[in-house]
Amino acid sequence: MKKSLISIRDFTKEEILHILETAKEFEQNPVQDFLTGKVIASLFFEPSTRTRLSFETAVNRLGARVIGFSDASNTSQSKGETLKDTIKMVNNYVDMIIMRHPLEGSSRYASEVADVPVVNAGDGANQHPSQTLLDLYSILQTQGTLDGLTINMVGDLKYGRTTHSLLQAMSHFKTKFVFTAPEELKMPKEYKEFLDSKGIEYIETASLEEHLNSCDILYMTRVQQERFTDPIEYERVKDCYSLNAQMLANVKDNMKILHPLPRVNEISQDVDETPYAYYFKQAENGLYVRMAIISYLLGHRPLR
Amino acid sequence: MSQKELKVSALENGTVLDHIPAENVYKALEILDLKDIESQITIGINLVSKQHGKKGIIKIADKFFEDDELNKLSLIAPDATVNVIKDFKVVEKKKLEIPREIRGIGRCMNPKCVTNHQPIETRFSTAKKGDEISLLCHFCEKTTDSKGLF
Ligand SMILES: [Zn+2]
Repeated sequence: MKKSLISIRDFTKEEILHILETAKEFEQNPVQDFLTGKVIASLFFEPSTRTRLSFETAVNRLGARVIGFSDASNTSQSKGETLKDTIKMVNNYVDMIIMRHPLEGSSRYASEVADVPVVNAGDGANQHPSQTLLDLYSILQTQGTLDGLTINMVGDLKYGRTTHSLLQAMSHFKTKFVFTAPEELKMPKEYKEFLDSKGIEYIETASLEEHLNSCDILYMTRVQQERFTDPIEYERVKDCYSLNAQMLANVKDNMKILHPLPRVNEISQDVDETPYAYYFKQAENGLYVRMAIISYLLGHRPLR
Repeated sequence: MSQKELKVSALENGTVLDHIPAENVYKALEILDLKDIESQITIGINLVSKQHGKKGIIKIADKFFEDDELNKLSLIAPDATVNVIKDFKVVEKKKLEIPREIRGIGRCMNPKCVTNHQPIETRFSTAKKGDEISLLCHFCEKTTDSKGLF
């Protein structure tokens, strides 16, 4: 049966752990071209160079070829073709569709229109499951476990989809959460209710210093202008947290800083040289995790 | 003829929907897709109800509905009752149930939802929270409350 990856909730705990295990295999041996002869579509209806390059590199490393576009402005969509018709057309040519689209729910819809597996590479502010899986992989690689960790999420917890998906995924693993955000960007009620329903602890604070020294993972996020409808609200909160090397004097030895990148002012350059910085390696991990996702969905690394 | 008789004036065969909030009677007609029906429809609006202030009532002659069709009304008329009439007698009386999933009625409240930009039938799963029914969009995964649906 065809399986797609649209939302992190589409994967069970077993499947999540299996993807992470498979990613480890690809990190050790990244040249495995068992998808030779396959063609995979990379449809970026909105540009995202970082995500697109990571996915397309993963496809190439596995030996498959890529067709697609990196921007919808020259496609038939811009001439008014429906999403359904574009997906139906591409579906005839390929073994898998990787897509990014500004409308929320577009990837779920595409997966129901297509006969081949669809991987969601971001649908507006909704889901971006490969990002979540690479975050989990980075946590596992740096801490040796996913169980019983304290994760401090910082910045835009209201609109930041990466924090929402990571929270959903980590709910499998007895995590303690700290939510560090200004009043305007606090974690939405629905996610706190979700944690309550699972009996998971969380603390809320507006101070970055308050729980800095007790966490295992510091998950920093950028305040994204494009998610705001009110420009005044954006101006008020855009530079609310800025981490520098001095602030790290008393953190736990095993503490690692993650960030989905690109960063703006929330992590200063001097943090890069500390042993706590992990965000560049985190981005590299995306390649192995995406190789694992593609292989699994095409039946090459089945769950045993 | 007493006033009581007038309100439920004789229907030989058909369906009577009672206890619809007065302001939602037209929405109910829309949801049940009764625009092109040939048989007689009698509508009462702003009738006095002991329980709900002003209520509405819809009587449709010679028409019987599947439960699935009627249950769609639970979103706008949670307390409605359905009377099935045969030979001038009420042969069945039922309450509405909230369907697990509803398709093709209402709009997602999320302006960036794909269903608001492409010709796609909406699809929600329902959850009851106190008196409110909340609807989780199958596509964008955002929650719409039943008041925002129309
Ligand atoms: Zn929606």
